[in-house]
Parts: sequence; structure tokens; C-alpha cells
Amino acid sequence: MAALLQHPGYEEERLQRVAEQLPCREVQTGMLLSLMGQPHHYSYPSIFIYGHRASGKSHVMHVLLKELELPHATVSCVECVSVALLFEQVLLSFFGCDAASLLPRSASLSDFVRIYRQQCSQSPAKQTRYIVMEKAELLRDTDANLLPALLRLQELVEDNVTIILLSEIVWDKFRPNTGCFEPLLLHFPDYSKGELQKILSQDRPPSYSDEFYSSYINILLGVFYSVCRDLRELRHLAALNFSKFCEPLEEGKVKETDTHKLWRNIEPHLKKAMQTVYLREVSSVQWEQMQQMEEKENGALRGLSAHTHVELPYYSKFLLIAAYLASYNPARTDKRFFLKHHGKIKKTNFLKKNEKTSNHLLGPKPFPLDRLLAIFYSVVDSRVAPTASIFSQISSLVTLQLLTQVSHDDQLDAPKYKCAVSMDFICAISRTVNFEIVKYLYDFL
Amino acid sequence: MSTSSVSKGCFVFKPSAKKKKTLSLADHFIHGCEGAENSEKRFKLCQDLWDQIKTDTEVLQDELNRNILDSLLDFTRKCTSTRQHSDWASQMRASEIPTAALVLGVNVPDHDMTFESLSDLLQQSVTPHVASVQAKECRALKHLMKRVLERLMGTAVTVDDEEEEEAEQTSAQLHKSVHCSLSTLCDWYNTKTKKSNTGTPGKKRSSPVRDGPQQPPVVIIFKDLEAFNPRVLQDFILICSRYIERLPLMFIFGIATSPSTIQHMLPHSVSSLLCIELFQSLSCTQHLATVIDKLILTKQFPFKLNGKVMQVLISIFLYHDFSVRKFIKGIQLALLEHFHSQPLSVLCCKKEEALLNVMQLDHLDLDRIRNLLSFKRYVEKQEPQEQVDLLTDDTHLKEVCQKLIKDLHKYHKNYYPILRCLHTLTSSLPRYPLGKQIRELHLICLEKNVWESEDYQSAMKLLKMLAKDELIALLQRCTEILQPAKSKKIKSALVQLEDMLAKFKQLDTVAAEPPPTVEDSITSPLKHLQKKTDLAQLQKTLLEMNESRRSKKLSPFEVLRNEALEFIDSLVKSHLSPPESQILNEVCYYASSATVRRHLNAIPRTSIQAALNSPFYYLQNDRLKTEDGTVSNAAPDICIVYKLHLECGRLINLYDWLEAYATVVSAAEGNDPDSDNFGKVDEVKHARFIRAVSELEFLGFIKSTKQKTDHVARLTWGGC
Repeated sequence: MAALLQHPGYEEERLQRVAEQLPCREVQTGMLLSLMGQPHHYSYPSIFIYGHRASGKSHVMHVLLKELELPHATVSCVECVSVALLFEQVLLSFFGCDAASLLPRSASLSDFVRIYRQQCSQSPAKQTRYIVMEKAELLRDTDANLLPALLRLQELVEDNVTIILLSEIVWDKFRPNTGCFEPLLLHFPDYSKGELQKILSQDRPPSYSDEFYSSYINILLGVFYSVCRDLRELRHLAALNFSKFCEPLEEGKVKETDTHKLWRNIEPHLKKAMQTVYLREVSSVQWEQMQQMEEKENGALRGLSAHTHVELPYYSKFLLIAAYLASYNPARTDKRFFLKHHGKIKKTNFLKKNEKTSNHLLGPKPFPLDRLLAIFYSVVDSRVAPTASIFSQISSLVTLQLLTQVSHDDQLDAPKYKCAVSMDFICAISRTVNFEIVKYLYDFL
Repeated sequence: MSTSSVSKGCFVFKPSAKKKKTLSLADHFIHGCEGAENSEKRFKLCQDLWDQIKTDTEVLQDELNRNILDSLLDFTRKCTSTRQHSDWASQMRASEIPTAALVLGVNVPDHDMTFESLSDLLQQSVTPHVASVQAKECRALKHLMKRVLERLMGTAVTVDDEEEEEAEQTSAQLHKSVHCSLSTLCDWYNTKTKKSNTGTPGKKRSSPVRDGPQQPPVVIIFKDLEAFNPRVLQDFILICSRYIERLPLMFIFGIATSPSTIQHMLPHSVSSLLCIELFQSLSCTQHLATVIDKLILTKQFPFKLNGKVMQVLISIFLYHDFSVRKFIKGIQLALLEHFHSQPLSVLCCKKEEALLNVMQLDHLDLDRIRNLLSFKRYVEKQEPQEQVDLLTDDTHLKEVCQKLIKDLHKYHKNYYPILRCLHTLTSSLPRYPLGKQIRELHLICLEKNVWESEDYQSAMKLLKMLAKDELIALLQRCTEILQPAKSKKIKSALVQLEDMLAKFKQLDTVAAEPPPTVEDSITSPLKHLQKKTDLAQLQKTLLEMNESRRSKKLSPFEVLRNEALEFIDSLVKSHLSPPESQILNEVCYYASSATVRRHLNAIPRTSIQAALNSPFYYLQNDRLKTEDGTVSNAAPDICIVYKLHLECGRLINLYDWLEAYATVVSAAEGNDPDSDNFGKVDEVKHARFIRAVSELEFLGFIKSTKQKTDHVARLTWGGC
């Protein structure tokens, strides 16, 4: 495997170290190395690397550039709230803070290029300089000229510099419609099961043997591989459940080699953990506490999602119910539900649904404030004065994200809202105030 | 100050610079106060009482929050310590940002205090680096970043004098450079910790916990998670996770609704960077219950609320906002109003002081006492000679007043312990006939004689069915409640109760004697029961059984039980009479629920409509007074226009409206109805009409519409 990483211009030893740190990414590393060429060679101006989350993009780049001691700047695009910040970071890591401070306030791309060239003439590149941009998809939201300019930065600054873009989405989604310089595309495929096993096994805790830990990983993958292939999540799960796995060992009941017994012991716990994969419902510490609790009393698993109960003031509940009704009932049916003498509307006629689909499938619809209040006054059982606090409750429901304001904040005249809670939630709320919401919903007529 | 506005509402008056300093709080209080003679004394009493209430509530809040704050502090400490451990498990988690999800309930305004004490505690015992941010100041990532940096580095400035210069420099740099990023923070943190590590005893607040963690965590508190823009939060967390190795960050999320909002706001890619632990705070209803328990149901504060005011405050809490802070504000308002508007409130203080104050009352005040409703009732019951004395002799009245004040204090001394006893007895009964919470029982007792209510009767019936061990446990708790009371009556009651308890316990030993032949009497009707399956019949036989059993000789336990309950009943009857029946209750009880409601639960729409319908109420102009609820035609233009628009449907024809307006106004001008230009629209009337209509539009009664030309749409419904 080390053979793959032989490349002229780099020390054998260092390549060896790189290879050790990058298991299962030999092909990609080799490819990158050959693209980069020898340190003093000019490299291709821009390289675009894409692959799913946790497929080793940043890790590979980081290890390569670090171990081979190449001059580089790593920038995360999330962090760059303004382009100026991006330029500053690049200049800072290539030329030191003096260069960075030369940037004017709200620097533009041309400022950056000017200062780069100026600095570059003072200290020309002996080796290729690399700019690694993580989460490059965010570059699409910045100025339209930034991405095309970065792609041919080598030409612009006349320096041996290469841009490496890392992203989770494919290049096709990046290409600006005005066209641009096409970078070299490099795909990082997902890890296979065997590769995952190999990588996860490297996290072995020092007090246990290799075989023992890899047998644990084997069991873990056997359970979770079908639902989760995310290396990061698997690593989290591995750390979470390992102490449980070791428990019989520490109690002295089984030997390290007795895989079958260990398997029997851990399996129910892994099954339970399966319910909360990806949710990260509880912290690792709490998870352990919960497991201990469950041993005592076989209670149900209570993660974050189990706590959905929200205590609300009495009128807020009715406001929320009214909002739900307004969101899911067509406005023309209000008469039927909320008027005492709505006349003899024949049910069959009335029920002729011109929209065949259920309103619950279509999602909540916006409604004006007037309608909300009208429904509110008819569902609430006592006479309520239209006090200021009723209105302030509506806005606090909005800040609690139980309602959303559809119209713009500035629109004072007839604001519109949508109800943002689920059917289950509203049913629970209406149960506490003895209101049968299902009777008032058009979909359930 | 006055305004020319028609409607009642808030008006901004820019204060002139001169006036500003002259008026103190006391002056405000005394200004326009009823009975100005002793107003200063009342102000002082009021101030003292409020200060006491305030400190008490603060202490109470701290106590209530202590549990959750302590566990949060433990959490932060643990986080710092695990970070420095190098064992496998903590290494595997090193990349997660420890996060505490603090569920506080929907009463967001109350949370400020909790967060304040939390950050104080954190700064005192765990880490000097604490920054709390609110959603409204962080609309964009930039702002959030700036706030966090400012607060972290800014707090550091105050820690030490010698570091101040340097910190100032950095902050100056911060302001100079356009972008603040977390790497700046990292550098700052490194210099900071390096300095304290190399041994300059910089930190003054070195607590015993400090020697362990060399790297205090950087805690960022998000006060209201729901209100944050999810995008901003996600980006911020992503950025933070890039620095987690260099900077020991920690988050605290303040959550108002439920913890699942975290999942709604953060996608998996972000939430997987966090290691979330859940903390649940006390619910606000429990909080209120404690506040009521410590503040209202105690004889410690002489100031009391009557039933209606209590009802208003509690219903504002339960129906509108769940805010304990607002509840206490309501009490403050009632307190101020009471001392402001009731001259006799000078007697509303501790007993000794009140007795002194009685002696200092002047003739006017004594007349006020004579006019009190409760006092009049008292006088009517006296002998004729005594009546005359009370009504004419001031010194005699003062003596009587002292006695009455003493009685009132005694009443309070007895009322609360007995109330608590009754509550312990009834709170566990099925279906809670007298309420689950003590505040409900208190409200009933404030309103009327509790023993006359049906609920009380049914509660007593239920109590008579209690088993022995249950009853003993309840009575035991009652004695515990009565224990600390000092009044004579309560003490003797306590002795009696203890006697009964002893007798109950003796029963156990005596119980060896053979049980009376109850079994026969039960089994025989049971035989009947098996035959009859009809429900009505069943009920009948059961009733019969009950009767027959009652007529049977009671077992010693039953005798004792009845005795005990009768005793309780007598206690209730003698001590739980409503305060209205007490003489001089007006001195201590604040009764104006309408004022409290008007101030705390304003109805802007109604007051605008009232102003438009009856301008006399606000303008105090006799010409505007009308009998039958119609608007006089001399009323302001807007009132006339409003009145006319009530007669229209959803769409209003502007021209018809103008005509009608012109007619009304002409009549007001005293024009002859038969003359030619009566009701003619001239330019002045036209202009006045236009102005009135646009005022109505501004108030939100109409709006322009495109449905029909020359029409406006009504925004309210109903009318004449």
C-alpha cells in the first residue's frame, strides 16, 4: 500500500506517515499527489473534491498538507461571513499578519489580488501554495465573481497557487451560468463496510486488545450498517456502547475471546440504541445513566423527543387551537363549524370536496389575524375581552415558533400567520382544555 | 398634563430638563394622594413593605432555582474535568461541544433573573468567561459573533487592573478590524490562560475549585433558543466546532417550549457536533404556588388582597402569561394603590406600630373610620349608649380601635394555620371538592363562609369515610402545621388534636376486643343483592344498607373519627370566616379589583370605542351628554363619522357617508332644516369629513378597497 504513495520530490518517510494516517483512502491520496506533482512544480489551478459527509475529504487534505509541510491555507466558508474575512485568512497564513493588515476595510477581490501580487513579488513561491476551502457550496451565495476568480487565481496573481474546493455536492450545481474555468473533479466514494470496520478499529482504547475491539466493531456494524453508514455517527455509537460491551468482562464473567456471550449481552442495548440513531437525543453521559436506570426499572426510553409536552396559558391554548383550525380548514367552511344557525346545508352537498386531497397532506395554509380571532372567540367557552395581552400572546406564540408569521414583520395591517404545530401536539393541547378538535376539522368530517 | 386627544391612552411627554430632578418617588406618591396629612408616613410604610416583599421574593427565587443551577454548575465543572482527562471515552468525545439544554417554560420574561444568577454563579465558581446572548441582538451571524466576542473579552477587562491596558488594546484592535472571528478569541484565550498559568495571581476570586482546572471553559448562554434564526445558530455551531480543540467551549440553551425544538432547529450534521444534556426547571405553576405560600398565606405581611383582586391576579397568571414576575408586579401595584388611595392604610403595619398610629389619628381619620362599612355594622350591634360614644367620643373610639386592630391581627394569626390544616385534610380527597391547590381554598374562604358551601359538606362527608391510617396520617400532618403557631387558641387546639391522635393510637391496643356483629348485617343484604340486578334497585339496597349501618352502634373508631371531624369543623367555623366580616378589614385589605384589572389587563380597543361612542366620558363637556346612548350632533367629527359608519354594511359608500355627515353637522350648527342649503356640503365640511375619515382609517376601523369605486371597507363588524 505504501507503494502507491511513492512520489518523487517527497521524502519516503513522510509518505509512509501519511499512508498510515489515511487508511482506505490510498487511491485518492495517490491521485492527489500526482496532481500536485513535485513541490516546486506548477500544479493544476483548481481542484474540486466532492463526496458525502465523513468521507475523509478534509482529513485527507489536512494530513497531506501537514505531513508534507507544504505551504497552505485552510479556510472554512461558513466562517467567512464576509469575503474580506476569507482574503484575510489566506493572506495571513501565506504572508503573515503584516500582509493581512494591508487589506482595506471591506476589501474587494481586486484588493486581494493586488496585495497578493505585491506580497508574492517580495516572497515568490518556492513550492506550490495551496488554498483549501471547506464547505465550498457556500461560495455560491457570495458575490458572483468570487468563484470564477478563485478558480483561475493562479493566472490572476501569477503565482504557483492551487485552489482546492471541498464540497458535499457535485460540481454541476456550482457552475455559474456565465461559464468559468473548469476545475479538475475528484470524487471521494463512501467507505465500504470493510473499510468502515478497518477505520473504526483504529480507535482502539489502549487497555484492550486489537482483536477484542475489532470484534466489537464487527458486532456494531452488523447491527447498524443497514441504517447508518456515516462514519462520524458510527464512531459516536461505538464510543457510546463500548462500556456496556465491556461490562461482563470487567465483572469477570466472560473472557475476551468469548465473543458469543459478549454478543448476547450487548445485542439488546444496541437494538435500543437503534431507535435513536442520528437523533443524538441524549448526551453520551446521560445515555449511560439511562442505561443504568433501565436496568433497575424497565422504563421506556426517554430522549429529547419524548419531552414534547408544553405548558401554555389557558388562552394561549385556545389561540393555538384556533390557529390550527384556521390553518387546516378552508375558510368557506367556517360558517358551518362556528355558526350556531348555519342553516340547513346539506351534508352531502357540503361535503363535495372539490379539493380531493386532505388538507393535512397539503400542510398549513396562511390565515389573517381577523379570522384567527373570530374563531378564537367562538371556540373559547367564556366571554373574553379583547385585551392587550391576548394580542401579545399571539406574538409570543410566534416567538415560540408555534405559529409563524407569513407576512413581513413590517406589515402592521392585517398580518397573516400559519400554524406550525403537529396534529398530535394540538390534540394533546385540546385534551387538556376538553375541546374535541377532531369534530371541528374539515378533514375528519 | 393634558392632551387634546379624544381617546384615552398613553402619550409621550418629553420632560423638560428643569423639572426632572425636583420630583422624587415620594413626591409622586404624595401628589394627588387621598388624605394628604399622613401621606408621608404611608409612603414610608408602603416602601418598607415593598422592599421586604422584594427581597423575600428574590430569596425565594434563588432557593427555587438552586437545584437546577447547582446541577448546571456541576455539569460545567464535569465538562472541564473530562476535557483534561485523557482516558479513551473522553477522548472519543473531545470533538463534541458540551451543551446543556435548559427547559424553563413559556414564561420567557421570568427567565432573565434565572440567567442572571446562573451567569453570576458560573463566574464566581467555575469560569470567568461567560457570555449570554439574546436572539433579538443577533439577527445575523456577524452580530452574534460580535456580541460573543465583546462580552467575553469585555468581561475580562474588569477582572484585573494590570491586564486592563492590554485588554483595552485588544478591544481597540477589535473595533479597528472589521471582522471578528473565533481565531481572535482563541488567541485571546491562550494569552489569558497562559498568563494565569505562569503564576501571576491574577484572579481575585480564586475559589477552592479553581486549583483543578487550568483551562476554565468558555460558556456561551443562548437565552431564548426558539427566537434565534436557525441558520445563524447552525453556522455558529459549525464554526465553534472547528475551534473546539483549541478553545474549551460550552453552550447553554434556554428553551421555552420543549427540548425537541433542538431537533427542529438543527439538522443532524449540526446536532451531531453537540453533546446535549437535559435540565428541567420547576414549572411556573409550582413557582406561583410557592410564591403565594410565602407571600400571601402568611401573617408576616399586614397588607392583604381581597378575594376579587386575588382572583384577577391569578386569572391573569393562568389565562394569559404564566409570569410570576408579573404576578408580583400586580401585588406591587395593589400595594401602591392601597396606600395611595386609602388614608386609613396608615394602620396597615405591624401590630405595635399600628397601635401607636391609632393614637395619632386625627379627627378626620376617625370620621373615616366611622364611615367604614364594617365599622358601621359593628356599631349597629352595640348598646345605644355605646353607639353614641363611638360616634362622638374620639378618645373612646381610639381605644376601641386599638382593640379592634388587635382582634384583626389575632384573626390573621389563626386564619392561616387553620386554612393549611383544612387544605391538608381536603387536598387528597377524590375529585378535590375544595380544590387541589391551597390558593383555591383560600379564594373560597375569602369569598364567603366556607362551611356553608356544598363543596365543604361533600368534603366532610368524604372525610368521614377515611380509613384509620389515612386519617391518622392527615391529623398528624395537621399537628405539624399547628406546631409553630403561637396564638393561644391554636395552642389549645393543638393540645386537643394531639389528645385525639393519642386516642386513635390507643384504639390499636384496645382493638383486641371482638368486633361487633357487623358481618351479619352486611352479609344478609348481600344475599339480597345477588338476586337483584336492576341498577335502581341496587342503589336502593345500598342506601338501605348504609342507613342500617348508621343506625347500628358505631365502633369506637367511628365515634372518635366523628369527634375529630366535628372538632375540625368547629375550628373552621370559628377561624375561617371571610375577612369582610372582620371589623376594620378595609385597613388591610385592598379591594378594588377593577383598578388592578384595568392596569394589568388593558383593553385598548374597548377604550377607543368607548371614547368614540360617548365622548362625554373623556372630554367632560356637558353639551355632549345624551341620555339614550346616541351621539350628540355637537360631538367631535370623528365621533359622528364613527357613529354613521356603524350603520353601514361591509362596504361604505363615501358619498352617502359624506351626505349623512353634512346633515348631522348642519343640524348642530343650528341651521334651519327647511332652508335650501341645509345639509349642503361646503368645502369646510368636506375637509372636516375627509380628516375624520382618515382618522378612522388610522385607528383601524376602515380601509381603502379596490372592490368598488368610491367605497371603503369596514374592518369591524356589528353596529346598530
